Amino acid sequence: MSSQDIPEENLPHVQGDTHSSDVTKPAGDPFADPGLPPHEHRKQDIDERAASRSERMVALLFLVSMVATVGFIASYVSIPVDKIVYVFPIGHVSALNFALGLTLGVALFCIGAGAVHWARTLMSDVEVADERHPIEAAPEVKAKVLADFKQGAEESAFGRRKLIRNTMFGALALVPLSGVVLLRDLGPLPGTKLRKTAWSEGKMLINQNTLQPLRPEDVQVGSLTFAMPEGMKEEDHDFQQEIAKAALMIVRIQPANIKDKKTLDWGTDGILAYSKICTHVGCPISLYEQQTHHVLCPCHQSTFDLSDGGRVIFGPAGHALPQLRIKVNDKGYLEAMGDFAEPVGPAFWERG
Amino acid sequence: MKKLSARRRHPLAAVVVLLFALAVTGGLYAAFAPADTAKADDSAQSLAIEEGKKLYSVGCASCHGTGGQGTTDGPSLVGVGAAAVDFQVATGRMPLQQQGAQAPRKKAIYNQAEIDQLAAYVASLGAGPAVPNKDQYSPDGADIAKGGELFRTNCAQCHNFTGKGGALSNGKYAPSLEDVNPKHIYEAMQTGPQNMPSFPDTTMSEKNKKDIIAYLDTVNTSKSETPGGLELGGLGPVSEGLFAWVFGLGAMVVLAIWVAARTAKAKKS
Repeated sequence: MSSQDIPEENLPHVQGDTHSSDVTKPAGDPFADPGLPPHEHRKQDIDERAASRSERMVALLFLVSMVATVGFIASYVSIPVDKIVYVFPIGHVSALNFALGLTLGVALFCIGAGAVHWARTLMSDVEVADERHPIEAAPEVKAKVLADFKQGAEESAFGRRKLIRNTMFGALALVPLSGVVLLRDLGPLPGTKLRKTAWSEGKMLINQNTLQPLRPEDVQVGSLTFAMPEGMKEEDHDFQQEIAKAALMIVRIQPANIKDKKTLDWGTDGILAYSKICTHVGCPISLYEQQTHHVLCPCHQSTFDLSDGGRVIFGPAGHALPQLRIKVNDKGYLEAMGDFAEPVGPAFWERG
Repeated sequence: MKKLSARRRHPLAAVVVLLFALAVTGGLYAAFAPADTAKADDSAQSLAIEEGKKLYSVGCASCHGTGGQGTTDGPSLVGVGAAAVDFQVATGRMPLQQQGAQAPRKKAIYNQAEIDQLAAYVASLGAGPAVPNKDQYSPDGADIAKGGELFRTNCAQCHNFTGKGGALSNGKYAPSLEDVNPKHIYEAMQTGPQNMPSFPDTTMSEKNKKDIIAYLDTVNTSKSETPGGLELGGLGPVSEGLFAWVFGLGAMVVLAIWVAARTAKAKKS
């Protein structure tokens, strides 16, 4: 931008000159402090009838609040806890909840609204200017504080009794160590926990609906079944931890539609068992589309193709969905041929 | 006997004999007929199949093939069973309005009698799940809590934990289950319509299905009770957070403006 575009008096050097010289101010100072505007009275300030109207309004709000509080107590006492009423547009709600919430809300709101209306219409509204004052203390106060401090230091003999001083420093230095020691609770390292699940060779696949072992003929083409390893019980203390890794979904795809040979081999007659845990951040995924054989993760839309080794076909997941190798045992039930070949769930630092 | 003999030449004798013979024949037929009722039903069934075939040729064959063998526009119907037909046609999903990612629920264009005929025809193409009876799908006497557990294990991933539905890939979606006829919920679990996987009786027992229907009947009809008040679509924290930010914060802003606004001044005199 060239200096031609700017009016002469706005250029920096011109402005600097006027400030440094600070001679006569222009006659009509354009930036003079206008001060406060003259006070204007409200209607209530000059008309006693308007003022008493406002007074009645405030009192009415407080009265409504009183009535609502009485209503609150009455509803609490009289409405049975399981009564359901239809309230438009909310729906079929608990009468007690609705009445308690409404009356308490009205009671509190009316107290506040009454106070605000009171302040706005009846309390003084005269503008008041408070000048700022320096925040620095007076010199004699400062001198007194310093003298007190010196006297205190002398009386405590902090400088003279070195034993006390040094042990105090030692104590203060050691105290934070207790906090440091607590950091141990961040460990220990998970070891092989992230690599192993509850599945192992010979464990039967238990249907989570019926808690019965699954037979291959139970699993129809196009169906979806959830299974857990044999020997797990919902009342076990570590059930949630274990099922979070071992959760399994069983699908059956016509062998002709399975694109990957290894996928076909790891199942039996087109029955495939996949981990239910997304390899992105570990959401449970089982949004299975039986015509496309795709599984969608609801968290970040990672999509896996179960007919092709659980390959990622969309989304942020970095690994294919792990497949569990299964076979039919000699009693005719489906069983695992070992644990998952790779860690289930999201990747981690040492996963490799 | 003589009396009867004397009247044998009466002009009405032939009529009487004829009536008697008819009565005997009819009586004999009635006596032996029960053995034939099955046959009579069979003919009603084959009549339904015939009628169904006619409806099928007009409304379905263009996509599913003249014999239900399927074409590039529609899957084979051999072995899908009567339950699949009842679900697809009675919920209006079939006939499809246009090819697309999703077969949306719409007003049914066939009446129940026609649907039964179509179902009879398609069932005759190959064995499949039959239309369930009322005892199988009625929510009466089922375990609602168990149904909720089963629903969250098997269904909630797509249909949301109270059956409000949800998005799938490429424009497909799992529909809301609100006010869906229990019979159709049962049939959907049984047959796995469109991209929904099926949950056959072998992996999810009849009792399990009944429990799930009872759960949906409790939490997901227009008459469902929501003791906590406005459920905001039952979608969880997203709609609740949005409501709090828009209406809660909005109300705060309005109140703040009211508190700080200049009060009305009397006119200067």
